[in-house]
Amino acid sequence: MSGPSTYEPKTAIERWLDVRLPIIRFGADLMDFPTPKNLNYWYTFGGILAACLGVQIVTGVILGMHYVASGDEAFNSVQHIMRDVNYGWLIRYIHANGASMFFVAVYIHMLRGIYYGSFKAPRELLWLIGAAIYLVMMATAFMGYVLPWGQMSFWGAKVITNLFGALPVIGPALTSWLWGGFTVDAPTLNRFYSLHYLLPFVIAALVALHIWALHVPGNSNPTGVNVKSKSDTVPFHPYYTVKDGFAISVFLIMFAIFVFFMPEALGHVDNSVPANPLATPAHIVPEWYFLPYYAILRAIPDKLTGVLAMGTAILCIFILPWLDTSRVRSMRYRPQAKTYFFIFIVACAFLGYCGAHEPDDQIIPGLATFQLGDYAVNSSAWLSRIAAVYYFAYFLLITPLLGLRETPLPAPESISSPVLSHPAAAPGGAAAAPEKKG
Amino acid sequence: MLRKFLALAALTCAFAGGQALAATTQEEPAGPASGWSFSGPLGMYDQAQLQRGFKVYTEVCSQCHALSLISFGDLGAPGGPFYNPKYQNPNDNPVVKAVALGWPRKVADIDPDTGDATHRDSTTADAPAPPFPNEAAARASNGGALPPDMSLLVAAREGGPNYVYTVVQGYRPTPTRIQGAPAGKYYNIAYPGDLTSLLAKGDTQPAPIGGFISMPPPLTDCKVKFDDGSPCDVKHEAADIAAFLTWASDPKMEERKQTGLAVMAYLLVFSGLLYASYRRVWRNVAH
Repeated sequence: MSGPSTYEPKTAIERWLDVRLPIIRFGADLMDFPTPKNLNYWYTFGGILAACLGVQIVTGVILGMHYVASGDEAFNSVQHIMRDVNYGWLIRYIHANGASMFFVAVYIHMLRGIYYGSFKAPRELLWLIGAAIYLVMMATAFMGYVLPWGQMSFWGAKVITNLFGALPVIGPALTSWLWGGFTVDAPTLNRFYSLHYLLPFVIAALVALHIWALHVPGNSNPTGVNVKSKSDTVPFHPYYTVKDGFAISVFLIMFAIFVFFMPEALGHVDNSVPANPLATPAHIVPEWYFLPYYAILRAIPDKLTGVLAMGTAILCIFILPWLDTSRVRSMRYRPQAKTYFFIFIVACAFLGYCGAHEPDDQIIPGLATFQLGDYAVNSSAWLSRIAAVYYFAYFLLITPLLGLRETPLPAPESISSPVLSHPAAAPGGAAAAPEKKG
Repeated sequence: MLRKFLALAALTCAFAGGQALAATTQEEPAGPASGWSFSGPLGMYDQAQLQRGFKVYTEVCSQCHALSLISFGDLGAPGGPFYNPKYQNPNDNPVVKAVALGWPRKVADIDPDTGDATHRDSTTADAPAPPFPNEAAARASNGGALPPDMSLLVAAREGGPNYVYTVVQGYRPTPTRIQGAPAGKYYNIAYPGDLTSLLAKGDTQPAPIGGFISMPPPLTDCKVKFDDGSPCDVKHEAADIAAFLTWASDPKMEERKQTGLAVMAYLLVFSGLLYASYRRVWRNVAH
């Protein structure tokens, strides 16, 4: 899709470089990359994510200059950053809220990929690499949350690492290996710091592969129709540099609202108390971006089954390209799939809500219901079970079966056709209308 | 449609995290009726209130609670209780120096000549010398309870300043339904607890809210007298100490909010320019 390079070295140094290390050609081709002209704002989250990764690495490297990875000093070194380091509060709040922003963006990016069928052939590997990035991101974020060594850091680390202990045979050995001892302690903190510094660069390498894998088939687009001619595309620069740039800037406004005006809104008060192995906080809650998985884990009374369900929930994302049987990429032309997709989002939101609440908390306050098994019907536990069942059904039943049974709407002939004709006259125009502009 | 759903989902996820419900019951923390000067995106500390709050800390709280993350110099830094633009280096600020020198407890140190343990006067670089040399001593003097360090107290409590304000005023006579109140502890409606187990046998009504706190009622009317003639009833003392502790938890708040306003203004203009560029670049492309 990228076609032959159009770069022509103009100066002597460019010509010299071009036959030795064509790095300028590489950059020029990257900027010139033919990109479908109908990408909407949902497609800007790739660029936003690249910006997030850059922000996290830069602020993280600076924090690493002042942070002390030691069980005795970690907590106070973070306070030293907040109070004594010049603009340390700014750098730390950007980094801490940046993790949440990163996950906001990655979830939108993933949902966009699902909605527009971006994972379908020939982009399965692109999707797999993306899923791997997400997995490493989760590990990195989890270990980063441990580093301030507050109560929630400590007990969060304890709960999550203990999950591995549920695995048969290897469980206990695996947890000791993770801990570097027989419980979460200073050695755990040190190795988490080491890995927290390493993994972002693994992510960066995976991002390079992700972009490489993107540049072979080229971008998907909201119609899901392949690019047919040059008139379907525009060069990446300046068209998408300016569009992504605008989106990144708007994203930064939301980011800045958190950093400057509500920097602790996504955190937890218990993390302002130094880690204490002898005092368990009343409620151990992971960061919001893990809450849906946490709810799936707790929905199942048996620990090992819960851990396996949580693992399967992530695995479903990886194998999605082989679960989806529909030949139509974009859900614009799959009205039924669209409905199930929106229910999926609601189910994920419910799971997130349940993850933040105790299993016996009432969903509708004050509504008395009967006991069903271990919990009342009106409880967070049962809502999380219903939502978890839907989560798995969406991937393992609905997605494979729907593709075989549904009757999709006719998709347009080419990217240009629904754009140039009147929306109402275009095939599937009604469905396309809300996302057409952008 | 898609947009609305995604925005809703994102918001739900973002805010669900902060709303974990407590199983225990307590009086809902609420601030003073007049509100806090520092709340909202433009709210700043009231310097006179911080000074009064520091006086409450010095005369009352510091008998049991350390303030280890604050140095005397911090009191004179921008946004702090004794900040004076005349002294950009707070270590030169005479008020700060006097406060450090006048601190009732000396700082534990080592005599450089003999190597013996000794005590010296505080400098502006020191944190206020703590009331107890170590945790064991603190517990021994407080019936086994540990008075928490106050540097991050507001950050570490649900409700923040409202919690501090409510809990120091939350002492009430122990309800008669409570049997066998724990010795040396005080019933407080704002302290989280679950009193179900202390009810008389056969009492099936919901337990009274609140719990038993180890701290005796710290404030009485005009226990602390303010130099500026401000009212010194418990309500005002409570508001002042809550404000001071908010500053102690978040001493960079003023700098943060001021920087935030500039950043927002910049980003809004920058986004506007980028949008104009976007419209211009794309003007001839049907999309």
